[in-house]
Amino acid sequence: MSTAYALRDSTTMLRRDLRHLQRYPGLSMFPILMPVVLLLLFVYVFGGTLGDGIKVGGGRGAYINFLTPGMLLFTVVGAAQITAISVAKDMTEGIIARFKTMRIWRPAVLAGHVFSSLILTLISLAVTIAVALLIGYHPAAGPLRWLAAVGILVLLALALIWLSVALGLLAKSVETASNTPMVLTLLVFLGSSFVPVASMPAGLRWFAENQPFTPVTNTVRSLLADQHVGSAGVKAIGWCLAITAASYLWARYLYNRRPVQ
Amino acid sequence: MTDPSSMAIAAVDVRKSFGDNVVLDGLDLAVEQGSVFALLGPNGAGKTTMVRILATLLEADHGAIRVAGHDVVREADAVRAAIGVTGQFSAIDDLLTGRENLGLMADLHHLPRTRGRERVDQLLERFELADAADRMAMTYSGGMRRRLDLAMTLIGAPQVIFLDEPTTGLDPRSRRTVWEIVESLAGEGTTVFLTTQYLEEADRLADRVAILDRGRLVAQGSAQELKQRIPGGRIDVQFADTEAKLVAADALGIPVPERDAPSLQIATDGNVATLRRVLRDLDEAGVDVVDLAIHTPDLDDVFFELTGRGPDAAESRTDEEIYR
Repeated sequence: MSTAYALRDSTTMLRRDLRHLQRYPGLSMFPILMPVVLLLLFVYVFGGTLGDGIKVGGGRGAYINFLTPGMLLFTVVGAAQITAISVAKDMTEGIIARFKTMRIWRPAVLAGHVFSSLILTLISLAVTIAVALLIGYHPAAGPLRWLAAVGILVLLALALIWLSVALGLLAKSVETASNTPMVLTLLVFLGSSFVPVASMPAGLRWFAENQPFTPVTNTVRSLLADQHVGSAGVKAIGWCLAITAASYLWARYLYNRRPVQ
Repeated sequence: MTDPSSMAIAAVDVRKSFGDNVVLDGLDLAVEQGSVFALLGPNGAGKTTMVRILATLLEADHGAIRVAGHDVVREADAVRAAIGVTGQFSAIDDLLTGRENLGLMADLHHLPRTRGRERVDQLLERFELADAADRMAMTYSGGMRRRLDLAMTLIGAPQVIFLDEPTTGLDPRSRRTVWEIVESLAGEGTTVFLTTQYLEEADRLADRVAILDRGRLVAQGSAQELKQRIPGGRIDVQFADTEAKLVAADALGIPVPERDAPSLQIATDGNVATLRRVLRDLDEAGVDVVDLAIHTPDLDDVFFELTGRGPDAAESRTDEEIYR
C-alpha cells in the first residue's frame, strides 16, 4: 500500500531536510568550508615542500595537481559525516515516532537524508573544484573523464552517506553520531590523498594501498590527469558498491529495529 | 454497546514485557466509537506502552488488538491511516515554522495541494497559532508547542486519536485549552484515547475511565460508576456548640460521636433527597447549622480504594493511614 507513495514521501522528506540544512548553517557550512580551508592550508603552507617530493622541482604547482583529487575525496567524506548527525538528531526527537505512526513509505525518512546529503556533497564538490581552479589547478581531463570522475565521487558519496545513516541510527546521542565518522577523516590521511603512499614506511604503506579510499583517490586522480586508470578503477567501484550494499542493509535493519521514544 | 465491530479500540489479553520486567499483564480494553476513554495510572503503570502498542509503534508479546477495525500488526498501515497520535514528547520539527510543520503533515497525508493549504490555515486559526505561523517552532512556548503538536495530529482528520499525557507539564491555561480541544473533538465524533495521571482530567473529559496499576486494569467504568463503587460520601455539619450537636444527633437518630468538636459527620449516598431530609430534620429540631459541607468521593478516593496507594506511586503509606 504505502510503497505507492515512495517517491512522493521521499520528496517531502527531502524538502524537509533541505530546509534543515538551510536553517542550520552551522552544520551545513562546515563540510563546504572545511575542504577549502584545508586546500589553501596544504597548498600554501606545505605545498612548496611537498610538491618537490612529488616531482623534482615541481613545487607548489605540482602539489595542487596532486592534491586536488585527494581533496575532492576529503570533501565527500566531510559532507557524509553531516548525515550521521542529522539522522541521530531526528531519531532522538519525538517527530520520528510521529512519522512511524503515519501511513507513509517508511524508508522515506532515510531517503530524504540520503538525497539531501548528496545535494550537499555536490555543492561542496563544486565549491572545492572552483577554489582549486582559482588557485592554479590544471586538470588535463576532457568532459567525459570529468563526468567519470564525478561519477566515482558520487558512488563514494552514496556509500559513505549510507554508512553515515547507519552510524547515525546506531548512535545513542547526537554527540556520539558526530564523533564516530571522524574515523573516516583519519582514514583519508592514511591513504593516497595528501601524499603518495610510496613515501610511507612498509606496514603503513601496505595498509594505505589496501584501504578503500586509495583506489578511489587514484582513480579520480588518473581520470582528471587524463592518465591510464588501470585496475584501481574496478577496485574503486567494487569498494563503493560493497560499502553501499552493506551499509544500506545495516541501516535498514537498525531503522526497523530501533524503538522510538 | 457490546458489539465488538462497533468498537474503535478492542484489545484482548494484551501482554508486554521488556526482559524480566512485565509492563502489561493481560489487559482487556474496549473503547466505543466516538467516545472519550481515559487510561489512568501512576508513572510506570504501563500507560505509554499501551499507547505505543495501539499506535503500531510497538508489538505486544501477546493479545488480539484491533484499532478502527484493523489488526494493529497485520494491518498496521490501515490502522495508521485511521489514527492520529500525540505522544508525551513533543513531535514537532523545531527547525520548521508552524505552518511548515502542518504543511509537512498535509504532504505526508497526501492531501492535494490546495486542500492541504486550506486545512493548514484552518488548523492554525483553530489552535490560535495564526500569528506565530511563520516563526520557527523552536521559538514557541510549551503551550504553543502542544497546540501545534495536536494540530499536526489532526491534519488527516483521524477517526481515533491517542493522546499520551496531553497536559503533563502544561500551565493551567494551556491545560484548559487542551481540554476544550478534546471536548470539541469528541463533539465531532472522533474517538479519543487519552492517558493521564490527573484524576481531575479523566473525570472531566472521559466517558469511560480505566485504572491501570502495575500492568493490570484494576477498574473500568464511567467516572460516576467508579465513584459509586466506593463508600465515603458524607455530610459534615458544624454547630455553634456541643449542646446543639447533641440535639442534632438525637433529631437525626445517629449515635453521638465521642469527639468534643461541635460537628457531626453523616454518612450519605450522595442523594439530594437525603440532604434535604437531614436539613429538614435539623430545622424541625430547631438546631442552627453554622456550616455544612458535602464530601463526595472523587477519583483520588477511587484510586486509594482500588490500589491502596495514591495516584502518585511515590506517596507513602502514611497518606493511606491519614485517609482511612
